[in-house]
Amino acid sequence: MKKVYIQSVGSVSAQKTFDNSEFLDEITEYYDTIIFAVNPVYKDYIPPAAARRMAKGIKMSAVASKIALTEAEVENVDAIITGTGMGCVRDSEKFVSAIIDNDEAYLTPTSFIQSTHNTVGGQIALGLGCKGYNFTYVHSSISFESALLDAKMQLELDEASTILVGGVDELGDHTVAIHRAINHIKLKAVSLGGLLSSRTEGAVFGEGANFFVLSNEKSDTSYGELVAVDTFNTLQKGKLIEAAITFLTQNDLKVTDVDLLVLGNNGDIEFDDYYRVLQDGLFSETQQLYYKHLSGEFNTASSFGLWLASKILKTQTVPGIVNLNDLSASKLDVILLYNQYRGLNHSFTLVRKC
Amino acid sequence: MGIISAIGNTVAENYDALIEGRKGISRISKINTIQRDEIMVGEIAASNDALIELLGLPPENNYCRTALLGAVAAKEAIANAQITDIKKYRTGLVSATSVGGMDMTEKYYYDYLTDTSTQKYIDGHHAGDSTQKVAEQLGIEQSLVTSISTACSSAANSIMFGARLIKSGKLDRVIVGGADCLSKFTINGFKTLMILSDTYSTPFDENRKGLNLGEAAAFLVLESEEVVKAENKNVLAYVKGYGNANDAYHQTASSENGDGATLAMEKALKVAGYEPSDIDYINAHGTATGNNDLSEGRAIINVFGSNVPDFSSTKAYTGHTLAAAGAIEAVFSVLALQHDIIFPNLNYKTQMKEFSLRPQLALKEKGLDAVLSNSLGFGGNCSTVIFSKQA
Repeated sequence: MKKVYIQSVGSVSAQKTFDNSEFLDEITEYYDTIIFAVNPVYKDYIPPAAARRMAKGIKMSAVASKIALTEAEVENVDAIITGTGMGCVRDSEKFVSAIIDNDEAYLTPTSFIQSTHNTVGGQIALGLGCKGYNFTYVHSSISFESALLDAKMQLELDEASTILVGGVDELGDHTVAIHRAINHIKLKAVSLGGLLSSRTEGAVFGEGANFFVLSNEKSDTSYGELVAVDTFNTLQKGKLIEAAITFLTQNDLKVTDVDLLVLGNNGDIEFDDYYRVLQDGLFSETQQLYYKHLSGEFNTASSFGLWLASKILKTQTVPGIVNLNDLSASKLDVILLYNQYRGLNHSFTLVRKC
Repeated sequence: MGIISAIGNTVAENYDALIEGRKGISRISKINTIQRDEIMVGEIAASNDALIELLGLPPENNYCRTALLGAVAAKEAIANAQITDIKKYRTGLVSATSVGGMDMTEKYYYDYLTDTSTQKYIDGHHAGDSTQKVAEQLGIEQSLVTSISTACSSAANSIMFGARLIKSGKLDRVIVGGADCLSKFTINGFKTLMILSDTYSTPFDENRKGLNLGEAAAFLVLESEEVVKAENKNVLAYVKGYGNANDAYHQTASSENGDGATLAMEKALKVAGYEPSDIDYINAHGTATGNNDLSEGRAIINVFGSNVPDFSSTKAYTGHTLAAAGAIEAVFSVLALQHDIIFPNLNYKTQMKEFSLRPQLALKEKGLDAVLSNSLGFGGNCSTVIFSKQA
């Protein structure tokens, strides 16, 4: 079986992450309950006429994928695999509300077409003229990890040699409103630094697109090796440690081999205790990081986590803003990521310096 | 395997309808839409309440219709595969949907904000929710459970991903399939694209007027060779080949020459180690839209030349069940193999002028070793799965 390498990254997020020569050098502060992506100058990446027609999710993905493809110095790929929880949700909202408001009259197809979950994958393929394998996974907080796993298997089996993988979700007004109504979004604003100490229900919702070029050939500029991805539809708190140990053991690693633990804490007092199990238990002597104070929570926020881990492996630095505890790793070789959303759809991802 | 569609609530009922040429297309009765008299649909007779009762769900459940249909079909699949202990092997679930919980979303869209009694359905807002509920119904825990949404090709892709999960040794057993219910969202969406027929759909007919939407769910149990041996299982069919390609032509329309579908079929043949002549029957995507049937027909000619095997579209029976279609037609393909029978392409009258292809019009008994099934969708997504009698 071949090994799988992360060749490049491309990120559009609530932080200025679209410039690969920087690494969280300037932080965009907020005091809010939802945070929007920092917009790159879209016309630098997409023809303005095309950009005007594009949904935000498509636009962010077009830029993030272009950055990743450019950095990897590839013009095309064998496959495009996308993860998205909600797709271009603003268009879904637009079409549903138009159906209701106008009693099914005066509808136009544009928002219906863009609401299809695989619109982003289809648009990237169209832009590249890529006739290869094209899949879209839509399973809440493991949408991106499903895409990652699919890509990894194909590269390992040498069914493809270069694959573009990404995670994308956008914020939509109505979706925000209903999630606020059920306290999945915090009712009270928090600051970036105060997310984890808010002691309130719900998360700060965000949006973004993070794309990666994966290959089964290593190069001098590779970010790292994607060692393993595992997802779990359910996982009880009491089983979490056992699952983490099993995952590491399957990859011939011990807890002490993990240099950094990257966690998906989102400041929701009801569900952050899943992370607490690993923080206080198994990995209490390990340097721990978090990132959702930077990216916000969304179904594919964990793709921002992989962006962070990839950047750390490549730059061999850890920006202070992501530290979750006071420990400092002696080397930055092996990074374990763990994420879940509201106690469901858990994932472990393992990356390593190469 | 398990299925619920407009032509029956079980595999046996679906088979009987296919054999008897009985279609499940009618005027819509369960959704109050102004399009009622302008469309025909493949609607499942059972109401949500009837499905809830069938599944034995508590009244406070928050299942959307997609989840209800999915659970019914998946449970039949598990029983049919004689699985009594789902935890005995590493078992995952890969389900496809495009509609997801949209039926509830469009019903309670504004009520969600104020009426707390409707808010239980907000969790079903994301497409993976119906899959999670199917997993729950099957007792799949702490495992790989995911959803695919690539428009009308989705469920074929579930089968493909499931097969790869077994091939790579990640899982021993994967339940694969898809579910989609009818909704105002899809009815009006396809209506704006002007591809809905106001009468019975007529796949591959010169005068085809568009598709009939349908609702359905189907699941198949894929198992590794080791499980089959250890359990001494009776194998219904083998997933012999699969291929996925993108047309990269237009967001909703297929290219005129069917480039993507051609590539998908070629890839699937290659994976199967087959020549085109090894295929005995094609269960075509055949939606009966002007664009699809022309593009797919040309793709079939691209791959099979002048030796096109018997082919038919079964969508005139069930309607186009969107993300579920690939699974519905996988079940039909396996039934064709099991019974050595080709299902007719209903409602066909007039030869298309662009080529000389003519679908199979009557039920035909014929020894079948390999069946190829196409699923094509928005976003240029083209998928082919080949099922065979022999490993």
